Amino acid sequence: MSTTPWWASEDLWRKWAIWITAFMLVILIFLTFDSVAKITAGSDRVPGYDVINKRIYYTFNAERNMEEPVIGGDAPLFGKMYTPEEAEALVTLGKLTTQAKNCMNCHTLLGNGAYYAPDLTKAWLDQGWGAESVREQLMVSFLMDPTANARTYGTGRRMPQLGITEEEARGVVAFLKWMSAIDTNGFPKGFKPIQQEAMP
Amino acid sequence: MSIGTFDSSNLDAGQKVAVKYFSVAIVLFVAQILFGLLAGIQFIAPDFLYNVLDFNVNRMVHINAMIVWMLFGFIGSVYWLVEDESGVPLVGAKLANLNFWIFTTAVVVVVLVYLFVQVGPGTQSSIWLINEGREYIEAPRWADIGIVVCMLIFFYNVAATFMKGKWSGISGVLVLDLVALAGLYLAGMFFTANISMDQYWWWWVIHLWVEATWEVLVGCIMAWGLMKTLGARRKIVTTWLYIEVALMFGSGILGLGHHYFWIGTPEYWFTIGGFFSALEPIPLVAMVVHAVYDSGVHRFRNGNHPALAWLIAHAFGNFFGAGVWGFMHTLPQINLYTHGTQWTASHGHLAFFGAYATIIIAVMYLAVQKWRGGVWMSGDMPGNGWKWKWSFALLNIGVVGMTVALLIAGYEQSFIERALEGSTWAGYFAGQTQPWFIQGMEWRMLFGWVTAAGIVLLVWDLATIGRGETRTAINPAVSGEPATAAA
Repeated sequence: MSTTPWWASEDLWRKWAIWITAFMLVILIFLTFDSVAKITAGSDRVPGYDVINKRIYYTFNAERNMEEPVIGGDAPLFGKMYTPEEAEALVTLGKLTTQAKNCMNCHTLLGNGAYYAPDLTKAWLDQGWGAESVREQLMVSFLMDPTANARTYGTGRRMPQLGITEEEARGVVAFLKWMSAIDTNGFPKGFKPIQQEAMP
Repeated sequence: MSIGTFDSSNLDAGQKVAVKYFSVAIVLFVAQILFGLLAGIQFIAPDFLYNVLDFNVNRMVHINAMIVWMLFGFIGSVYWLVEDESGVPLVGAKLANLNFWIFTTAVVVVVLVYLFVQVGPGTQSSIWLINEGREYIEAPRWADIGIVVCMLIFFYNVAATFMKGKWSGISGVLVLDLVALAGLYLAGMFFTANISMDQYWWWWVIHLWVEATWEVLVGCIMAWGLMKTLGARRKIVTTWLYIEVALMFGSGILGLGHHYFWIGTPEYWFTIGGFFSALEPIPLVAMVVHAVYDSGVHRFRNGNHPALAWLIAHAFGNFFGAGVWGFMHTLPQINLYTHGTQWTASHGHLAFFGAYATIIIAVMYLAVQKWRGGVWMSGDMPGNGWKWKWSFALLNIGVVGMTVALLIAGYEQSFIERALEGSTWAGYFAGQTQPWFIQGMEWRMLFGWVTAAGIVLLVWDLATIGRGETRTAINPAVSGEPATAAA
């Protein structure tokens, strides 16, 4: 129609739609290559699976103005030092278990999931386990029989019986320990970890 | 051809398939609300169905039924308009029917396994056969493959029909969007132990579906719907559609970054995700302006009052639910406190309903109208159309009520758990046991029941509206006073 001003023309907006979409996609693909490299296990932000052999600290970084995980000295999990392959196998079992048991539809992991039960991102470092020395066993016992070992903090919400075996429970604990070492840019906000000894 | 009764001879081949998809969509919509009610009750009475039908199962069925009913609704909507828009019969009507039955059977099997098997051992076979344990895309891997195959068959049918007939701006955008929609699903079909990598690609599916390709898909349906209900001019709706695509993909593709603040990804996503996701409401404003302006220009004279009401509800619901509620917590400075709290649940409820449920219901009303022979559905319906008006009111009030209740709970949770208590488990539970949080959950439950009343009326209305009607619908494309002549 001759009365249509240039800025309202169908043709103009079709071209804009195509070019803008293509441009944004190219940028996203470029950023994806960069991000994927930076979150591959073994990178600075996402440590390798054998970090389960180390003590994981959580300290405030004044320069970044946020808390961040710091990897300390040796701290064997279940009294054992794992080779990188063994560590990966154990964390993989744990991750598979969290998926097969549908953890994410009550809990959040990295803040994503459901809001019926607490976030698991820093579960390994949570004060709720009392002391560093006993938490592994407490976590395993809890996972294997959450009804008898219920921790409801006054809500009455109990984790259901999911038939988690001891081996799976150990895998989940390894997965949680590894996940707590991921640099999540200070999420969750102001997290106060379990009492830690000073960094060696 | 008959009027006032459901008669499939009133429908073209694509529309016959569409009404099947719509029927299953409605059943799943009811299931979504039913399992939402169960999950809502468990927030108030945690022992309810403990170790029988636990929260994780109810919540999974709640959100999966939603995803699948909306997919069925979209597929139905596209089959509904494909012959009208292309000007030729659907190329593979038998294939479309076969595809429908396979897809529906698969959905039934998946849901039965969710309910009766629930969880499996920590092995790959659980992920392949029971559930994948990843929010929204819990469907086991065999079903993922089935979904991709079904989507490809659907895509072939739609694209081939347009290729045989004529193309338009709407169909061009639609077909390209379907390619992206089906392709993106592949990004969610692999296992990795690395939770950061897992969530990086998981968001490609979730975000680029609901905040990009689904939005463009409903933009296409909206464009076509405004032509059908109001008689809006094609040139105008097509131009608006291109504007929406430019703005939607222009903001939404990199808006993906607002999910990359806290999952291990680099800090540059703060800037990129914050900036582009803050722009995401703009296309939704454009859709409101477009829908309201067109309705005003046509003085709301339309052939299907319920459908137009739901289209307008879509425009506003999309803007408020996806746009405003999303914007409120999209900036990283705020999201640090709100991510993973009931804020997200509040946003999710209003956004999915406002952006998607509404427009699918609109097309369903267009469908029952034609199925009954193009009956009158403007003013002066029997009983003054009380059923559609009440279901419209109850569903909207119910969802808005739940949204506000969850938002209050979310505010409370962010303050207590994050700001005051230091995000520990003790802090989480301190938030969950606050009276104001509990009251939020109780109000959410109440409005959940209101929503449930709305869906009961909606189903009743869709089954009965226009029954025995003898007047034919007004043709909004023809100017002048509404025709009231009997058929």
